[in-house]
Amino acid sequence: MIVELGHYALVLAFALTLIQSVVPVWGAVRENERLMAVAPPVSIAMFFLVLLSFTALTIAYLNSDFSVQNVWENSHSAKPLVYKITGVWGNHEGSLLLWALILVFFGALVGYFGTNLPAPLRAATLGVQGWVTAGFLLFMLSTSNPFNRIPNPPAEGNDLNPLLQDIGLAIHPPLLYVGYVGFSITFSFAVAALILGRIDAAWARWVRPWTLLAWCFLTLGISMGSYWAYYELGWGGWWFWDPVENASFMPWLAGTALLHSAIVMEKRDALKVWTILLAIFTFSLSLLGTFLVRSGVLTSVHAFATDPARGVFILVLLCLFIGGSLSLFAWRAPLLKQGGLFAPISREGALVFNNLFLTAACAAVLVGTLYPLALDAVTGEKISVGPPFFNLTFGPLMIPLLMAVPYGPILAWKRGDLLAASQRLYAAFGLSILLTLFTFWLWGMEKVLAPLGVGLAVWVMAGAVAEIVTRVKLTEVGLARGFARLKGLPGSAWGTATAHFGIGVTALGIVASSAFQEEKVLTMAPGDTVNVSGYAVTFDGAAPRQGPNYIEDVGHFTVRQAGVVIAELDPSKRLYPARQMPTTEAGIHTLILSQIYVSLGEPRDTGAIDVRIYYKPLITLIWIGTLFMALGAVFSMADRRLRVGAPKPAARRKAVPQAAPAE
Amino acid sequence: MTRKQRRLTLIGSAGAVLAVAIGLIMFALSDQIVFFQSPSDIAEKQIPDGQRIRLGGLVEEGTIIRADDAKVSFRVTDTVNTVQVTYTGILPDLFREGQGVVTEGVIGPDGVFAADTVLAKHDENYMPTEVAEALKDKGVWQGEQ
Repeated sequence: MIVELGHYALVLAFALTLIQSVVPVWGAVRENERLMAVAPPVSIAMFFLVLLSFTALTIAYLNSDFSVQNVWENSHSAKPLVYKITGVWGNHEGSLLLWALILVFFGALVGYFGTNLPAPLRAATLGVQGWVTAGFLLFMLSTSNPFNRIPNPPAEGNDLNPLLQDIGLAIHPPLLYVGYVGFSITFSFAVAALILGRIDAAWARWVRPWTLLAWCFLTLGISMGSYWAYYELGWGGWWFWDPVENASFMPWLAGTALLHSAIVMEKRDALKVWTILLAIFTFSLSLLGTFLVRSGVLTSVHAFATDPARGVFILVLLCLFIGGSLSLFAWRAPLLKQGGLFAPISREGALVFNNLFLTAACAAVLVGTLYPLALDAVTGEKISVGPPFFNLTFGPLMIPLLMAVPYGPILAWKRGDLLAASQRLYAAFGLSILLTLFTFWLWGMEKVLAPLGVGLAVWVMAGAVAEIVTRVKLTEVGLARGFARLKGLPGSAWGTATAHFGIGVTALGIVASSAFQEEKVLTMAPGDTVNVSGYAVTFDGAAPRQGPNYIEDVGHFTVRQAGVVIAELDPSKRLYPARQMPTTEAGIHTLILSQIYVSLGEPRDTGAIDVRIYYKPLITLIWIGTLFMALGAVFSMADRRLRVGAPKPAARRKAVPQAAPAE
Repeated sequence: MTRKQRRLTLIGSAGAVLAVAIGLIMFALSDQIVFFQSPSDIAEKQIPDGQRIRLGGLVEEGTIIRADDAKVSFRVTDTVNTVQVTYTGILPDLFREGQGVVTEGVIGPDGVFAADTVLAKHDENYMPTEVAEALKDKGVWQGEQ
């Protein structure tokens, strides 16, 4: 019953999206208040309907209702409660329902809180959001309905893919989706601005917090996925340049560029057309990511379904949204007036520099991801584009970008002084050189590039600190007053510095862990000891163990430093009988910022076992850095100026109605 | 600077960055991509020494031999031709006899394929598409169409 209710709610929500797609947009174009007023309540109603639908599916999972095909395919009565809940989105249909839920949630937020937006902008934005929602709901109802029943329900389910039965992966999709789908709002704002043919600083003020929110979650989602791959797949790597990783990384790169260009637009009224285009690109890349991951074009743990009908449907949706919005852009963008002149050396110039390199890097990733698919489709030739390609293209593009990061926030708007900015960065530069030399002295000629990488990362971090120091004029007013002034800094200044610092931290983690890691792959018998970077790792033996829905062989390892036991590790190999599927659980011990990582291979008949042991210096910094970035986004969102003041220009415009755009 | 000059600077620098990016991409594509080959491709084509390739097929039954220090050797077959493969390291969880596998590495002068990467499928229903199509080419595909 509850399942049918959920199904019905979903159909009803789809019917509402059709109204939402037409009525408010028409009202916005015609400046008809009554038609526009339809949008907010409908957006909220849609949210509650999809929420009801999602709740119904969750209840079916909790009750292990195997008469629902989706539950039968992806759940098991012996599965721990938390994975019954997370299993709801651990499959194709359920994850789409989550996608739709977040989509309408964002729409409802604009509908509910957008009272101080210009009415036509709000109505058109919600209308465009309605188009996107309609597309996805239609896709679900026609090809991927999570509420399909099975006539003769089996007694037991098929269980969730064991790789997905992990708390890290349980929260990875919701985070990532809030990120992906969050960009739908910026997309809707951009398309609405194009439809209305006007755009102002108030538009940028509204778009920036949404972009920040989406970017914040996307950052955390990617970071979580990377950490999951690191400890769950047992290869010791944290990023593989796998197409599904790229699928989430491309919107991140474009979104980062958008974040920066929106600042220029808000503060200086320049780069309008470009910002609109970036907003369209960012969400298009999110859609492309969804297509790549969900259509089964790529084979990976994410590709739940390989039904060609679905692939074609998503492809059509993709072409419709991307093609449609870009055509609209080509047609309407010339209407938007350009403003705000600036010299090449200026804050705007630095932000343009940032945008150029980020989009170029994004394009490189896009080519590397799509080229194999295109070549296969055209010539039938199978190739793989792996890490060497990305290291060679993405890497060099990041170097000038990272070098420029500390300059951006220190340069003045309109016309900056490079020399004066450099003077403020002397200390940061000195520290960076010092640490480069120190690293070089530690490792000698063995590693030549790594010390430079360390220096670059330190430069970015120290540059972020220098920005704060410069802002409070610490060197001029003295420590006491300087610290007092820290409190007065706007949230966006803290946000910029924190996020930039995070970039440096992540870069340092990447350089250190890849350049200075030590890896041992060997066969160990019980009692064997191996030395890894000064740590003696002893294999004590292996024993079987029974888990809730799996059985595992657990290896026991003791790590000693100078004879003292510092850690005991229990990596294991699990077997999930429901799917007859083995997984590897790595044993990881964190030493402040570095990690010792042990994963098991096949056991031998003799009691010996293949073992892979890593020492990964500073590797945790990779993920700690992303936390800094997300925190930076939170600081920026907390900036009072983003909320206070934003409504004013909007309110003023309402009072003085403008002539309707020619149409 | 006039408005026009500023615009030219902007377009010029954008063009420069784009050119660098395109250059990098072209260079990397010409040099860093790896072609997929089946055992029959290797038997038929002349593959230059030292060129990295991806070799995919089925792990032939009864050919997995494990040695010390995590060394392992096995044969990859498309049921027409087979190639001997050596690898040092931990094999993926789902690496099994009679199952699909993709390996990446270099063919030695002795015809033995030295793999440095071994990929197996992510779940039990999945066959690497390259392998599936190579098997279909040879007419030995047994799964659904």
